[in-house]
Amino acid sequence: MAIDCLVLGAGQEVGKSCMVVSINGKRIMFDCGMHMGYTDSRRYPDFSLISKTGDFDNALTCVIVTHFHLDHIGALPYFTEVCGYKGPIYMTYPTKALAPLMLEDYRKNMDRRGEDEQFTSDHIAECMKKVIPVDLKQTVQVDKDLQIRAYYAGHVIGAAMFYAKVGDAAMVYTGDYNMTPDRHLGAAQIDRLQLDLLITESTYATTIRDSRYGREREFLKAVHNCVAAGGKVLIPTFALGRAQELCILLEDYWERMNLKVPIYFSAGLTIQANMYYKMLINWTSQKIKETYATHNAFDFKNVRNFDRSLINAPGPCVLFATPGMIVGGFSLEVFMQWAPSENNLVTLPGYCVAGTIGHKLMSGKPTKIDLDKDTQINVRCQIHQLSFSPHTDAKGIMDLVKFLSPKHAILVHGEKPKMATLKERIQSELGIQCYCPANNETVTIPSTHYVKADASGTFIRSCLNPNFKFSTHSSTDKSYLDSNKSKAVSRLSVSDDRATEGILVVEKGKKAKVIHQDEILHMLGEKKHEIQFAYCIPMPMARTEDLSSTSHMLCGFDKSTLISRLSMILSDELSEGNILDLGEELQVESFRVSVCSSDNCPHRLSSSLQNGSESVFFCCNWSVADEKLAWKIISIMKNSTL
Amino acid sequence: MKFTCLSKGGGFHFPPCHMLSVSGFRILLDCPLDLSSLAIFSPVPIALEAHESLETDSVVRKKQKIEKTLDANDLVCAEPWYKTVKSLHLWDASFIDVILISSPTGLLGLPFLTRTKDFSSKIYVTEAAARIGQLMMEDLVSMHMELRQFYGPEDSSFLQWMRWEGLEVLPSELKKIASGTDCEELGAWMPLYSAVDVKDCMRKVQTLKYAEEACYNGTLVIKAFSSGLEIGTCNWTINGPKRNIAYISSSIFVSTHAMDFNFLGLQGNDLIIFSDFSTLDTTENMENDNTYCDPVTSSNASDDLYNLEEIAASLLKDDESMEEMEKLAFICTCAFDSVRAGGSVLVPIDRLGIVLCLLEQMSLLLESSSLKVPIYIISSVAEELLAFTNIIPEWLCKQRQEKLFSGEPLFAHVKLIKERKIHVFPAVHSVELLTNWQEPCVVFCPHWSLRLGPVVHLLRYWCSDPNSLLILESGDDANLALLPFKPMAMKVLQCSFLSGISLQKVQPLLKALQPKLLLTVSEGFEVQDPNF
Repeated sequence: MAIDCLVLGAGQEVGKSCMVVSINGKRIMFDCGMHMGYTDSRRYPDFSLISKTGDFDNALTCVIVTHFHLDHIGALPYFTEVCGYKGPIYMTYPTKALAPLMLEDYRKNMDRRGEDEQFTSDHIAECMKKVIPVDLKQTVQVDKDLQIRAYYAGHVIGAAMFYAKVGDAAMVYTGDYNMTPDRHLGAAQIDRLQLDLLITESTYATTIRDSRYGREREFLKAVHNCVAAGGKVLIPTFALGRAQELCILLEDYWERMNLKVPIYFSAGLTIQANMYYKMLINWTSQKIKETYATHNAFDFKNVRNFDRSLINAPGPCVLFATPGMIVGGFSLEVFMQWAPSENNLVTLPGYCVAGTIGHKLMSGKPTKIDLDKDTQINVRCQIHQLSFSPHTDAKGIMDLVKFLSPKHAILVHGEKPKMATLKERIQSELGIQCYCPANNETVTIPSTHYVKADASGTFIRSCLNPNFKFSTHSSTDKSYLDSNKSKAVSRLSVSDDRATEGILVVEKGKKAKVIHQDEILHMLGEKKHEIQFAYCIPMPMARTEDLSSTSHMLCGFDKSTLISRLSMILSDELSEGNILDLGEELQVESFRVSVCSSDNCPHRLSSSLQNGSESVFFCCNWSVADEKLAWKIISIMKNSTL
Repeated sequence: MKFTCLSKGGGFHFPPCHMLSVSGFRILLDCPLDLSSLAIFSPVPIALEAHESLETDSVVRKKQKIEKTLDANDLVCAEPWYKTVKSLHLWDASFIDVILISSPTGLLGLPFLTRTKDFSSKIYVTEAAARIGQLMMEDLVSMHMELRQFYGPEDSSFLQWMRWEGLEVLPSELKKIASGTDCEELGAWMPLYSAVDVKDCMRKVQTLKYAEEACYNGTLVIKAFSSGLEIGTCNWTINGPKRNIAYISSSIFVSTHAMDFNFLGLQGNDLIIFSDFSTLDTTENMENDNTYCDPVTSSNASDDLYNLEEIAASLLKDDESMEEMEKLAFICTCAFDSVRAGGSVLVPIDRLGIVLCLLEQMSLLLESSSLKVPIYIISSVAEELLAFTNIIPEWLCKQRQEKLFSGEPLFAHVKLIKERKIHVFPAVHSVELLTNWQEPCVVFCPHWSLRLGPVVHLLRYWCSDPNSLLILESGDDANLALLPFKPMAMKVLQCSFLSGISLQKVQPLLKALQPKLLLTVSEGFEVQDPNF
C-alpha cells in the first residue's frame, strides 16, 4: 500500500492550499483554498484532477479544513455548491462559526471589484450546513476505517492540525501553525504520534525570529507616533484573526497610555465578530481564558464602528479595514484617500500574496502605484510592516518535524528557494525523507502495514527464561602498578540479555504465528537433521631426549597421555569453554577430539601428509553451533607441538 | 473482571457508584454525595428561637420516646455532616488506580478521597463536568460556612447525635437516614471538606473532551461519550487488552440543552454495564437480585438484520424532550399565576440545564405580559456559572450550537442580564440585592435540600404567604424537607424531570449496541467473570 499526495495548491507557493491524500484506499482533501493574487481560473485549485467525471462524492471520503483563512477555505463554497461535492466536511467549531463571515466579507468585496462572483450568499450558507464541527482531540470516526483528530495549531482562533489514520497508516496535515503563543492564542500542541507522513507549512522556512515583545513595541510606537502627530493609521486586515489580536494589543496600550484617539472597525469587521470570539474564548490562550467570568477580553471598550463619512474627517484615528493585503474593497478605497499624505501610516500585518497592493508596498518603497491603466495612486504615507506573524519560524518547523519524527515529510505553503533549503536541513539533520512538490504534482510514499501474529505457548515460555551469560573480565588494578607488579584481577560478570529466537510462520489463509524452534519439526512433520563437521588434524611431536623410545611407534605413548598433553595445551591457550578430559577423548562444548589410529581416515586431508612419522593425528568432530570455537581450537592445535 | 456495586444511588443528585476491576486495575466509577440525607439536620435557626431550642432540645426529645408525628424540633441541631457512599470508606483509596467521573454530581464526594494519604489514582472527568462540579463544590462549602459560623468552632459535643444515646432519641424516620436499617451506614458520615481540599482535588483531575482517547498505563484506552443528561455528563468506554467495556450512566437521548446521548459511540463493546437506575426504580419494582442476561441469544437472528438506522431514528424521536419542554411551560404558567396574584416564586432547583431553560421560558412569558417582575439568581457561584455556560458550545445540543454559528449567545440569559431583567447576586445579604429588591419576584437559589443556602431564609420569609409559590423537584421525602417551615400557607409545586433512559427505550438501545453481555447489579453484590 502507498500514500499518494496530489498537490492541488500551495505547492512551492503561498495561496489556495489544497492537498488530496489517498491513504490505504481513503481519499481525503485537506483544505480547499483560493489564491488571492489571481482573478481568473488559477484562483481555484484544479478540481478536475480529482475526478475527470466530476463525481467528487465517490472520489473523496471527506474534506477537512484547518482554519478559516481564505487561502484555506475560499474555494469550499465553489467546490460544494458549484462543483457539487456533497460528502462530509470537517472543521473545528470556531472555523465553522467564523468561516461564513470571512467568505461573506470576501464575496462582497469581489462584488465591488466588479468581478463575476463565483458563489453567492446562499452558496455559503448551504455549504456551511454540510460542515460537521469537531472539538480538539476528539477522535472522529469518519467511517469504519478512517479516524481523524484535530490538534491545537495556534495560528488563528480555531486553527487545527489534523491527524488521519487508516488501518496502520497515519499522517498529519498541519495547516498553518504557530509554535509560540501570542497575545490571544496558545502555541500549537500535538501528541507524539507514529506517522508515515507529515505535511507541514513552510511560510518562514529559513527565518528565525526572536522574541515578539520587542516587535510588538515597535508596532505600538509607530502607531502612537503617527496618531500623536495627528495622522491616520490604516490597518488593512481580513475580518477575523489579526484584527482581534492587534485590537487586544492596542486596547491594552490605549488603557496604559490613557489615549483617547478613536479606534474604528470598518463595516466588514463588525463588532459582531467579537460576539463569536466571546463564545469561543475556550480556544484562546490560557491567560485570556481565565478572565472570562469577570471581563471578557473581547469586550473592546475603545472600539467603534466606522462610517464612510469619517474617511476625510479631521483628527487622528486608527482604522481596521477589510480586506487584508489591500486586494480591493473598502481598504483600497481608504488607502487611495490616505496614501498621498505623509502624516498617515499604513500598517501591513503579516504576509501579503504576490500580485496584491500590499505586496507591492512591502517590496521596496514605491512612490506611485498603478491601480489600472487609468488610475495611479501617489504613495507618500509611511509604511510599517508588522514583523510578528502567526506562522511558525524555521526553528518551530524543525522542532515539530523532530518531535513527530515521521517517516516522510512534505513541505507546502512556502516559497520555492527557501523550501529547498529547509528540505535539505530536514534530510541532513533529521534524516527524514522530505519533498516539496509543485502544484498538480503527485508524491507517492510507502505506507505502513502491521501484521498481527499469535505467539505459541512454548515461545512465550522461552521468552521468560533467563538467559544468563557469565563472563570474566580481567582488569588491571591500578593500585598495584606502582609496586611494579601488575596483578590481574578477574571479575565475574553476569548478563541477562533476553534476545529470544523464534520462527515466524505465515501460512496461507491463517493468522501469522511466532513459534519456538523446537516446535517447527512437529508443525511441519519433519525429522531433525544435524550437521556435524569432522576434521582429522596432524600435530607435530616435540623431539625430546627419550627420542629412542618414541622412534619406534606411536603406540609407545598411550592415547590418554596424548590427550592429557593436548588438554594442557588447550587450557593454556583457550580462554573460553570448559575442557573435559574423558580419558580417550577431549570435549569442549560439542567439540570432541580423539587420537586417530586409522591410516585412511576419511576426514584426513591428503595435503596435510608431511613428515608423517613425527605427527600424531587427532580426529575432531563438532556440530555447526560451535563452529567458531572449533576453528579456534584447530588453529591452536595447528600452531603448537605436543 | 470483577464488578461491585457500592451504591445504586438515588436519582439525579446521587448517581450510582461502582467499583470495577479489569486487567488488574481497580476503577472507581463516580464518587457522589448523598445530599438528601441533609434533611435530618435543622436549617440555620432564627437567632431568637435558636437559644431556647438548643437548651431544651435534649430534654424535649427524651420525653418523646413514644413515637408521634415528626416536627421541626426533632431535627438534629448541629453543624451538618455529609453522607458519602456507604461502603466506599471500607476500601483503601490508595489501591484505586483510576477514577471515572460521569457527571458533576458524581464529583461531589471526590475531595474526601483525594485528601487521603497515599492517594494516587488517575482521575478522568470531562472538561465541562469538572468545571461545573468544582463550582458546585465551592458553592456547597460557602453555604456550609453559614452554618459553621452559627454553631461556632467544633467541639466534642457536636457529635452527640451520632453517639448511641443520640441516635436512640432520634425518631425512627431520621434514624433510618442517619444509620441505615442496621446501623451500617454510620461510618459514611463525614465533616465537609474545605475550599483547599476542593482546589487540591481539582488539581489532581485530568480533564477530557468527548471522544478524546486517554491511555492509562499503556493498557487501557478510556473514552468519554456524551450521555445527554446534563452539560458535560458522559458514559465511558474502557478498551482493555482482552475486552471492551461500556459503562452507561443515566442518559437522555434528546436533550434540551446538553449534547445528545451519543449511543453510537458505545457500539462494538463486548460488555455493557448498565447503570441507569433512574426509571427502573420508579416504575416496576425491579427484582432485587443480580441480572446477568445474554441479550444476543434472547434476540432472534433475523432481528439482527433490523436496520440500525431505523432503531437509531426511533430512539432519537424527541417526544421526551417535547414532554420536558411542556413541563417547563407548565411550571412557568404556575409561576406566572402566582406573581400575577402578588406572590413571589421561589425555585430551589439545582439542575443547571433545567434552570437555564426555565430562565429563558420564564422571562419570555413575563416579557409577553405587561408585568414587570424581576428575576433574581442568588448564589455565590451564579455569575461564573452563567458566564461559563455561554462559552461551551462544544458541549451543547445541536440547536444551541446553531446559535453559535449564527452569532447569537448560546443561552438567552446573557441578553437578559444585560437588559437587567435577570439580576445575579452572590448572597442574600449583598448590598446590591437589598437596594434592588422588589416584590413580587422570581428567585432561583440553592440548595434543593432546603437546609443550606439562601433558600432557607427566603422560604422562612414567604412560607406563610398563600400567594407565593415554591417549586420543588419531587424527591424522596418532600414532607421531611419542608418540616422546619411548617405550618406552610405557601403553595408548593412538585415536579419531576426526566433523568434517564425511559424503560421502553432500553430494549431498542441494547439491540442497537449488540453487546455480548449485559450487566446490571444491585447494591452490595459482586459479579466476577474469570473469562474477562
